Order: sequence, then C-alpha cells, then structure tokens
Amino acid sequence: MTSTLAKTPLHDWHASHGGRLVDFAGWSMPVQYGSIVAEHNATRTAAGLFDVSHMGRLKFSGDGAAAFLDSLVTRRITDMEPGQVRYGLVTNERAGILDDVLVYRIAQTDGTEYYLMVVNASNRAKIIVWINSKLGDHANVRFADITTDTAMIAVQGPLALELVDLRIDCELEEMKYYHASEALVGDQLAIVSRTGYTGEDGCELMIPARIAAETWEGILKDGQQRGAMAAGLGARDTLRLEAAMPLYGHELNDETNPLEAGLNFAVNLDNRTFPGSGVLSAVKRDGVKRTRVGLELTGKRVPREHYGIFAGEQSIGEITSGTFSPTLQKPIAMGYVPPNYAKVGTELSIDLRGAKEPATIVKLPFYKRKS
Amino acid sequence: MTVNPEKLLFAKTHEWVGVEPAAGGKVATVGVSAFAVEALTDLVFMQLPQVGQKLKAGEALGEIESVKAVSDLYSPVDGEVIEVNSALPNHLETLSSDPYGAGWLVKIKLTDETALKNLVDYAAYQKMCAEESH
Repeated sequence: MTSTLAKTPLHDWHASHGGRLVDFAGWSMPVQYGSIVAEHNATRTAAGLFDVSHMGRLKFSGDGAAAFLDSLVTRRITDMEPGQVRYGLVTNERAGILDDVLVYRIAQTDGTEYYLMVVNASNRAKIIVWINSKLGDHANVRFADITTDTAMIAVQGPLALELVDLRIDCELEEMKYYHASEALVGDQLAIVSRTGYTGEDGCELMIPARIAAETWEGILKDGQQRGAMAAGLGARDTLRLEAAMPLYGHELNDETNPLEAGLNFAVNLDNRTFPGSGVLSAVKRDGVKRTRVGLELTGKRVPREHYGIFAGEQSIGEITSGTFSPTLQKPIAMGYVPPNYAKVGTELSIDLRGAKEPATIVKLPFYKRKS
Repeated sequence: MTVNPEKLLFAKTHEWVGVEPAAGGKVATVGVSAFAVEALTDLVFMQLPQVGQKLKAGEALGEIESVKAVSDLYSPVDGEVIEVNSALPNHLETLSSDPYGAGWLVKIKLTDETALKNLVDYAAYQKMCAEESH
C-alpha cells in the first residue's frame, strides 16, 4: 500500500526511527514516533521537529503576481512588505473555504521577488486547478508547483529559534513573527519563516531535499539533551487544537465561510473583490448563522468529530475536533453552534456515543503561551 | 500474577482470553494484548461492563480511549460477566506495564464454548500483528 503514497525527503528517517506511518492526504507521514503526549509536551517545553514537507508550495512570479493573488484570497496581498507572511483564505463564489493558506512575499538576494503560497496537502490538487482556472486574464503571472523541490521542517517551542539559529546564517530572534527570509543552511539556499501551527514560537525551514535529513538530525541532536524531540501529526493536531487553530476538513471546508469560522481578522472587504466577497459582505451585515466555539468537559471521555452538541434536548450543532488536552489535562473540543449559544460560560451538553455529558463554552484559545 | 501470553488465545480484535475450569463450568479471563496497548498509547479513559452483564462473542464489552481515538473492546466469548477489574480505569498505566496480569479487564463465565474456536493461538496472533504493522 505504502508504495503508492508520496514520500517526503525525510521518509526514510521516520521509518528507521520508529515513526508510525499513515496515509495522510496521499503522503506516507508519521503520526507519532512514540507517545503523542510526550511529543506534545516536548514542543511546549523545549522543541518539537515536524516534517511538513507534504504541505503544498506554490510559486507566483512576474509583475502581476501580487494583483493576481489579491484577486484570489480574502486578504489584501498588494500591500504586503517584502519578507512578510500573511494568513488568508481561498474562497469559492459562495464564500465557502477552499483552503486556508500562507502567502509569503520573498525578496531574493539578487533583488528579484516572488510570492509563495503554502497550502494544505489535502487541498493542493484542488487549489492548483482553481488557480489555473483563474489565471486566464493574468498573462503576466508565472505559476509553478514547487512542492517536491524542497523539504519543509517546522521547529516549534521555546528552544526552536535558538536551535535553528545554529544552522542558518540569519538572526532568527531579530526576525519579526510572520516574516520570512532567504538564508543559507551550510552553503545551501533556504527559506526560513517565523510561522507555525502549534501555538508556540518557532520557525519553518524550506531546504533542498538533499540536505533535509542532515539538517533535521543536526537540529535534533543539538536539542535532544534539553528535551527536543521529533514529533508527528498526532502531536501537531493536539497542539493546534489547544491553540484553537482551525484545521481544514474539520473546522474549515467549502461549506463554511471565514466569518462563521471566526477568521474575521483574515477577511478584508474594503474596496476589493475576490470570489465570495459579495457573500461575505452580506454575512457581515446580517450576522452569521453559526459560529466556531471552544468547549471544555469535566469528565475523561473525549468528544470527537461529528458528535452532537445539545442545549437541553435540542440539537444545536456538531463537534469538528476534539482531544484530551495534554497541557490542560481535560477534554477539549471545537464545534459550531448558533451565536446565541456561543457566549462564554454557556452550559451545553455533548452526545458522547449515546451518553450526554455536560460541556461549557470557553474562551479560545484553550492555551496561550506566556510571552 | 502475570500469565504467560503463549498460553493464551487471541481475538482478531486484539483481546486475549485465558480459559480455566471453575465450579459448574469454565471462566474466561479477558484482557487487551500488549500489541494493542502499545498501538493505542496515551490512554485517557476506559469503560468496563457491570457484573451480571450477558455478552455474546463480538459484542462490545466496553471502550478504551486514547488521546488519538476511541476504540470498542469486544467480548471474545459468550457468557456472563462475573468479575470486573474495577481498579483498572483509574490506573490505565497498568495496561502498559502488565497487560497479561494486573491489566486484565473482566472474568466471564462461559455459557457456550463455540466462540473459542474462532480465537487463535499466540504464534498465529504474533503473525497477524506482524502483518498489521506493515
């Protein structure tokens, strides 16, 4: 079975270091090496190394690149500074979310620039089709899928910047959050960004595939004595859930609009149009019909995706993600409910496989790092 | 006391069974295999049945929840629950440290021995696990 799956440049490392490999969006990826909780805690207290090479990397260059991206995503791209990274949504005409993406404006050392869009592995093919369908009038844009040219490593946690700084020729601590830069790893050109998906400070490295394993091992070796660990998709999920970051296919899908997903910060409707922008203006005026909330439970049973949320006997919504929070030591979940049930402190219940258990609406995120 | 797993029978759903003669019939002690416990990892919750509950082979007898997912535990035999390891849900670490001893789940008095024929021995189970982990 695994032979048909795509492999990242770190695949052999994962396989030879106890990585439990699963099919994730057509890629053979490690869900965990040992304990998800140990990998989660290592990321919160030291550093976690995540292979995120499966994420799609799409490159846009040419004079019209910024304007084209501006016509495609929910946030303005034309006013981005060189070196900036911006989170936004790609929406369809109904304002349903096709993907949540990061757009990088990369200034190269030779003075030229390009834009990079990092997309979810599960949406890469769909987004490429969508982009190609929109490129027609933009002859001055060059578009390329460069996903398999590089490996991508996320290093997250309190030690992350220090550990990666040892390997690159730029001062990460001086880079602002949500910024990116070209850098050298040894004599190889890489892109490093202060981004991540864990609620911790950290960075993500895009490096040539041939130096992926040695870079990964080097960072791990430098940090191991102080608790750094390789971490899989399992820990990535518990970490992002504690940080209340939405996940495509769970909190986000093409039937959900960014405003009900609580992503208002990533929607800019001022004097601009993109697919679904008219719908979003109407939603903004009339209010959302449902909204993303956080829920906490007191028992040990964990609410999972699709479990029903109830107010008394009335079914009012559904869980989109749930886990037992390693940091908070209690079950947490996100889901959608009508806005009149979304107030912090509201007592609801969740149908946990036939038994309704009390749950309370809590403020998101569940976990916020001390800065 | 920990039982030698090589003397146990195993269900395809990863429960183990130790059958012993008892007054008026046979009693099966049921647990979860070390392979399954290791695969589950990060356990957070377990629910076991009540004494007196009647089970058919293949019916859920309880559930076990890890950080990652929830799984049903299945009865490998037909019978009535006569004893439950009630200390276990509050000490899930026992499942990892002693899956074939203190980590037993329930004792079931057999009402029919037919279902035992569907269980496999240790060697066959090890082979099945080796295939599953590929």
